[in-house]
Amino acid sequence: MDLFEYQARDLFAKHGVPVLAGEVIDTPEAAREATERLGGKSVVKAQVKVGGRGKAGGVKLAATPDEAVARATDILGMDIKGHTVHKVMIAETAPEIVEEYYVSFLLDRTNRTFLSIASVEGGVEIEEVAATRPEAVAKTPIDANEGVSKEKAQEIVKAAKFPAEVADQVADILVTLWETFVKEDALLVEVNPLAKVKSGKVIALDGKVSLDENADFRQADHEALEDKDAANPLEAAAKAKNLNYVKLDGEVGIIGNGAGLVMSTLDVVAYAGENHGNVKPANFLDIGGGASAEVMANGLEIILGDPDVKSVFVNVFGGITACDEVANGIVQALELLKSKGEEVSKPLVVRLDGNNAELGRKILSDANHPLVQRVDTMDGAADKAAELAAAK
Amino acid sequence: MAIFLNKDSKVIVQGMTGATGMKHTKLMLGDGTNIVGGVNPRKAGTNVDIDGTEIPVFGSVAEAMEKTGANVSVLFVPPAFAKAAVVEAIDAEIPLAVVITEGIAVHDSAAFWAYAKTKGNKTRIIGPNCPGLITPGQSNAGIIPGDITKPGRIGLVSKSGTLTYQMMYELRDIGFSSAVGIGGDPIIGTTHIDALAAFEADPDTDLIVMIGEIGGDAEERAADFIKENVTKPVVGYVAGFTAPEGKTMGHAGAIVSGSSGTAAAKKEALEAAGVKVGKTPTETAKLARAILAG
Repeated sequence: MDLFEYQARDLFAKHGVPVLAGEVIDTPEAAREATERLGGKSVVKAQVKVGGRGKAGGVKLAATPDEAVARATDILGMDIKGHTVHKVMIAETAPEIVEEYYVSFLLDRTNRTFLSIASVEGGVEIEEVAATRPEAVAKTPIDANEGVSKEKAQEIVKAAKFPAEVADQVADILVTLWETFVKEDALLVEVNPLAKVKSGKVIALDGKVSLDENADFRQADHEALEDKDAANPLEAAAKAKNLNYVKLDGEVGIIGNGAGLVMSTLDVVAYAGENHGNVKPANFLDIGGGASAEVMANGLEIILGDPDVKSVFVNVFGGITACDEVANGIVQALELLKSKGEEVSKPLVVRLDGNNAELGRKILSDANHPLVQRVDTMDGAADKAAELAAAK
Repeated sequence: MAIFLNKDSKVIVQGMTGATGMKHTKLMLGDGTNIVGGVNPRKAGTNVDIDGTEIPVFGSVAEAMEKTGANVSVLFVPPAFAKAAVVEAIDAEIPLAVVITEGIAVHDSAAFWAYAKTKGNKTRIIGPNCPGLITPGQSNAGIIPGDITKPGRIGLVSKSGTLTYQMMYELRDIGFSSAVGIGGDPIIGTTHIDALAAFEADPDTDLIVMIGEIGGDAEERAADFIKENVTKPVVGYVAGFTAPEGKTMGHAGAIVSGSSGTAAAKKEALEAAGVKVGKTPTETAKLARAILAG
C-alpha cells in the first residue's frame, strides 16, 4: 500500500526523522486556520500518489491565510495525471534550501535483501540520476537482522560522499529512517529531497512510504491509512468480503482459483478477444483454495454487479478442492442470488478440470441452468466467453 | 533420483496439529510420503492418529531430527509465527524446509533468509507461499494433489500453485520426475535457477518446464542461467501479459512496476536463451510434447 505524502510525513515524525510541520485538509476554508497555526504563511501541496505534482501546479506558496484558501480552492479537485486531488497538505514553508539529497531503504528482490540508496544529487527522480550519473548513486545492501546502526549509517554516508558538515546529521536521519522502515513493516521509505537549509539543518521535505499489507496483523494502525475514497467501489465491496479482486477495463468477468491460474486466464481471454471484437477481461478474481458455495456466491455477486461485464468465465482447476464442490457452489450461488432478488442475466461459461471434474461437469449438466454453459478446455472456454461478451 | 525429494526422504510437519496441517498431513501420507513426526512444543510427547497411522509429536525440529532422522520439514505455521518456525528449522540444520504458509510479512521472510545465509545455507528453503514439491510415486511435501499425474521424465518449476497443477494435468500421460512450486512472494528461498540447476543434474529428467509470472526479474536471470548452464530442453510459460502496471495480481510479488517485471520482457529474455515459450498453458504443453516426440 502506497501512502500519501502527509501520511509518510506523519510516520517519519513518529520515528524521529526531522520534518516540517504540516496538516492535511479537504476543504478550502480549513486552509485558513491551518495556515494561521503555521504563523500566517504556508505551502499548499496536492496529495496524490503520483510524481510531478509541482510541474502540474499542485504545489503553491501562500503568503497569507486568505491566499492559502485561494490556492487550496485551485488545487482541490484538480486532476494530476489522472488522479483527482481530494486532500491538500498545508505545510510549513521551507527555509531557504542550500542543497538537496536523496536517501531510501527498500526491498531488493533480486538479491533477496534490503538495500539503501543514497545520493547527494536529490530533488530529481533518482532513476534519472542512476541512469545518467550512476557514480552519484550509492547502493548499500543491508542485512535484515543487523539493520542500520550508526556505524552502518556512516558507511552509507561515506559511500554516497555526503559533505562532512552534514555527515553526522544524515547518519542520524538514516538510523531513524531505518526505524521507520522496520517498525512500520515498510517495503519502501524514501526521502526526496532530503534538504540542507540555510541554518545548516537537514530536513526531510518530501517522502514516499509503501507498506506491506501482509504485516497488517501486527500493524493495527495501518488500516486507517487506507485511501477508501480512491478504491473502486467494486474493489471495496470485494475487499469487505475478503476476496482477492482487481477491477480491469474489459467486458469478460473472470473467476478462478489460484493467482497464477487467474492471471493466465486473463491472458487467454485477451487472446481470445482478439477474434471477438477485442473484448478484454473485466477483472481479476481469485477465490483461492476451498471455494465454497458462499465464496462462489460472493464472487459472482461482485462480478455480476459490474455493469461493464457482458459474460462471465469461471475457470477452476480442482487441486485439493474437488470440482463437484465447485459445481455445487455455482448452482447454489445462482439460487442464492436469485433468492436475494438479484437479476442474473449474464451468460456464464464454466470450465472445470482436475479433481472430480467428471462429477462436477455432471452436476452442471443436470442443473441445466439456462445461463450456464460448460466448455471443458481453458482455451475453448475463454473463446466462448469472449464470443458471448462480443455478441451482447 | 528426482530433485530435492525422494522415497527416502523422512518428513516432519511443523504446524501439523492445526486444521490445515492435519488435512495435508493426511493427504501427504496417502501419496506415500514417509512422515515421521510433527512438531508442536505444547503437544510434545503425544501421538496423533491420522487414519490409523500414529504420528509422534516432538517439542522441536532438533528433537524430531534426532529421534527420527528427519531430513525434510513442511511448514503450515500461521504467518505470525512462521519466522520463528523457519529459524528453528535453520538452527536444527534440517536439509530442506518447505514453507507453505501464505501471507508472511516481507520483513519476516527477509529476516529468515538472511539468517539462513549467515548460517551457511545448510537448510534449503522452498517458499514461502508455495504449494511445495512432489516427486510422483515417491514423496509429496506440501499441498500439490498427488493424483494429477504419474512418475515420468519432465521436471517442472513454477511460481504458481494452480498453474503447476494445470501443467501437470496437461502432461499427465507423460509424467514428471519432480514438480517444484517455488512461490510467488517477493522473497523466496529456492529460485527458478536453483531448480533448473538441479534438474540439469538429475539423470531422471529429460525436459524442464518453467512457469513464471509478472514481477521481479527472476525469469530474466533464469534465462541468463539457461544460456550458460542448461543443456536439456526448457519450455517456458509466463502469466500476466495483460496485467496493468501497479496492481498486485494475487501474489504479493506479482506486480508490474514501471517497465520492470512485465511478462513481455520475461518472454523475450527466455526466448533469447533458446527457451520455447507458450502463449497459453495448453500451447506450452504442446511445445513440450513436440520436443519429447523428437
